[in-house]
Amino acid sequence: MSIRIGKAAEAPPFQEAARHALEDSQLRHNMRHATHVIRNKRNKIVGELPDWEQLRATASATKAHVMRYLDLYLEKFEANVTKAGGHVHWASDADEARQIIRGLVEQHGGKEVIKVKTMTSEEIELNPELAAHGITPYETDLAELIIQLGEDFSSHFVVPALHINHLQIRQIFKRKMPLEQMGLPDLGEKPPELAEAARRYLREKFLRVKIGVSGANFAVAETGSLVVVESEGNGRMCLTLPDVLISLVGIEKVVPTFQDLEVFFNMLARSATGERMSPYVSVWTAVNPNDGPKEFHVVLLDNGRTRVLEDEEGRQALHCIRCAACLNACPVYGRTGGHAYGAVYPGPIGAILMPQLQALEHSQSLPYASSLCGACYEACPVKINIPEVLIHLRSELVQGKQARIGGRLSRENIGMKMMSRVFQNESRLRRAHKLARLGQGPFKADGVVSSMPGFSAWTRSRDLPAIPKQSFREWWHERQREKRA
Amino acid sequence: MLVSLFVACYNDLLFPQTGRAVVKVLERLGHTVEFRSAQTCCGQMHYNTGYIRESQPLLRRFVDTFRDAEVVCAPSSSCVAMIRDHYPKLAREMNDSRLVADVDQLVSRVFEFSEFLVKKLGVEDVGAYYPHRVTYHPACHSLRGLKLGDIPYRLLQKVRSLQLIELPEKEECCGFGGTFSIKNADTSQAMLADKVRTILDTEAELCIATDNSCLMHIFGSLHRGRTGVKTAHIAEVLASTEGEPFA
Repeated sequence: MSIRIGKAAEAPPFQEAARHALEDSQLRHNMRHATHVIRNKRNKIVGELPDWEQLRATASATKAHVMRYLDLYLEKFEANVTKAGGHVHWASDADEARQIIRGLVEQHGGKEVIKVKTMTSEEIELNPELAAHGITPYETDLAELIIQLGEDFSSHFVVPALHINHLQIRQIFKRKMPLEQMGLPDLGEKPPELAEAARRYLREKFLRVKIGVSGANFAVAETGSLVVVESEGNGRMCLTLPDVLISLVGIEKVVPTFQDLEVFFNMLARSATGERMSPYVSVWTAVNPNDGPKEFHVVLLDNGRTRVLEDEEGRQALHCIRCAACLNACPVYGRTGGHAYGAVYPGPIGAILMPQLQALEHSQSLPYASSLCGACYEACPVKINIPEVLIHLRSELVQGKQARIGGRLSRENIGMKMMSRVFQNESRLRRAHKLARLGQGPFKADGVVSSMPGFSAWTRSRDLPAIPKQSFREWWHERQREKRA
Repeated sequence: MLVSLFVACYNDLLFPQTGRAVVKVLERLGHTVEFRSAQTCCGQMHYNTGYIRESQPLLRRFVDTFRDAEVVCAPSSSCVAMIRDHYPKLAREMNDSRLVADVDQLVSRVFEFSEFLVKKLGVEDVGAYYPHRVTYHPACHSLRGLKLGDIPYRLLQKVRSLQLIELPEKEECCGFGGTFSIKNADTSQAMLADKVRTILDTEAELCIATDNSCLMHIFGSLHRGRTGVKTAHIAEVLASTEGEPFA
């Protein structure tokens, strides 16, 4: 089965998309500002906890345990949801998940749905599917609404509209909202005015639409409960007002017990938004006859996850709780923004998740979209060793390349093989030193090389130090000879 | 103490003065330095680029070269991070139990140069004199890999006549990342531009680090822009004395 996540397979390679993104001065400013603000808040609020490292270790161990016994916990979750009056559906891929959800909406004669912010729905491209069948999806998370109205793509999975600023948001609202009808003919630039416009636009939908679609941050096996963590309360509107609620949940979201949430609640908001607790944490267990939706469906989504599970080294990518702390910490993401990754899940976690969820060949450039600086690993609340997995994926790509004749003949492969051979023999190394010095000679000026054939990717913007006359080992041996003399 | 120097392949060829500085500092402190000339490269570049199989013989060679060394000292935080963080795992993938045992024995005796001075030798004042205004860039592998913390600062603060200026946003990567600087040259350059801007903001004469690979990257831009700001490895600063400035 070949899994494809969104349009990632057709996206240009990262380095190409990044080149264009880097030239967008507005984007660069927005990215720098937003990632720094969140990062600083996160550092401050995480710094309050003296046992942060212990929490990380516990969270990591819990996730590793769940991955080891995922089948058992999923069955337990299913049994408990069913017992509480909910319906559980299993979707092996995006196509199946889309059909299940559309089928449920159509079964209830629904022409509209209201949505809680959910990354899994973006992963399976639910909105285009619904729209193609005459069902209008309304995003109700403010940032997702901005993205939807702007016909844009999310660039961050906690703050999807991170790449645009309030002035750009105002333009989108002016273009797409019936502001006259809403009683806001002169929409101002201030964030509270923009929030008021969004509130009026959405309120009417909350009260009218009868079907809600959500994701979940956690699924508790012990009780069959789902959890949504959010900042605005719009999610809670969608979770409580409609008659029918459909939740699309990745199978890796399950945790064993209600008590396990204690650790994750302590870490998620701190890591994601730099808050001690998120303003709205909604927990529900199927249906309650006196309150909330009368019918509840949960769609458990695989879509490549069980294949990731097979790789003992790569499977830690499934531990992710989508806090996006790694995005905010990443010096690459902070400059290119999320769109350059051409992926539903961008940034460092996306660079290890996307190539594993879908076949590696559909996202070959992503494992290299990192300087391996380690800021992501340091920020990750569940201790996913992202640099280690990036290297692991790079090695899979290299081995794939070496299995093909074209790959074996590539400049990189030949160069790497040659250097490995040179480093396996001292006299070869000495000869290589002489050769390098000789080869560089004609390009040397003022102690540097400013351009040299084959080195343009470096020398286009940086000088190279010239190779000195004497290597360290030559100096050392000369010194030893002098000492003996 | 008999200290075995692992100079690192790129220092050997491109930055021999760093190796000479390490020798000078350690000898000044009364230790004997040896250089085992069978040494070549730790395999970091191959490993990080995904050429794991090509890095394996280099691990074996490193272990063969230094197996019986009392301590190994290397003026490169990224090479020491490669050895400490990846050798144990890499050796296990090679299915050679003797090699695994050797690696486990050896790794705890390999030190980065500044860490060796402060943690192993317990020295902070090495008697250096360096009459310059400098700033310090904590290379990613020294900061997040080896977790050197304030070790390099403690050494620099004891250098006479040295003026140390705090580098703004110092924990940001310079954008080198080995082959990242080639494969993603534009993003790498964008990161470097910001690093260089913060260095220039300090009005320092030199930028100091524990790793010449990052410094090569930073120097490349400082020189291209004719900023007049230079780079130097921390060993070169510590090797300088009033009587014998190190250059």
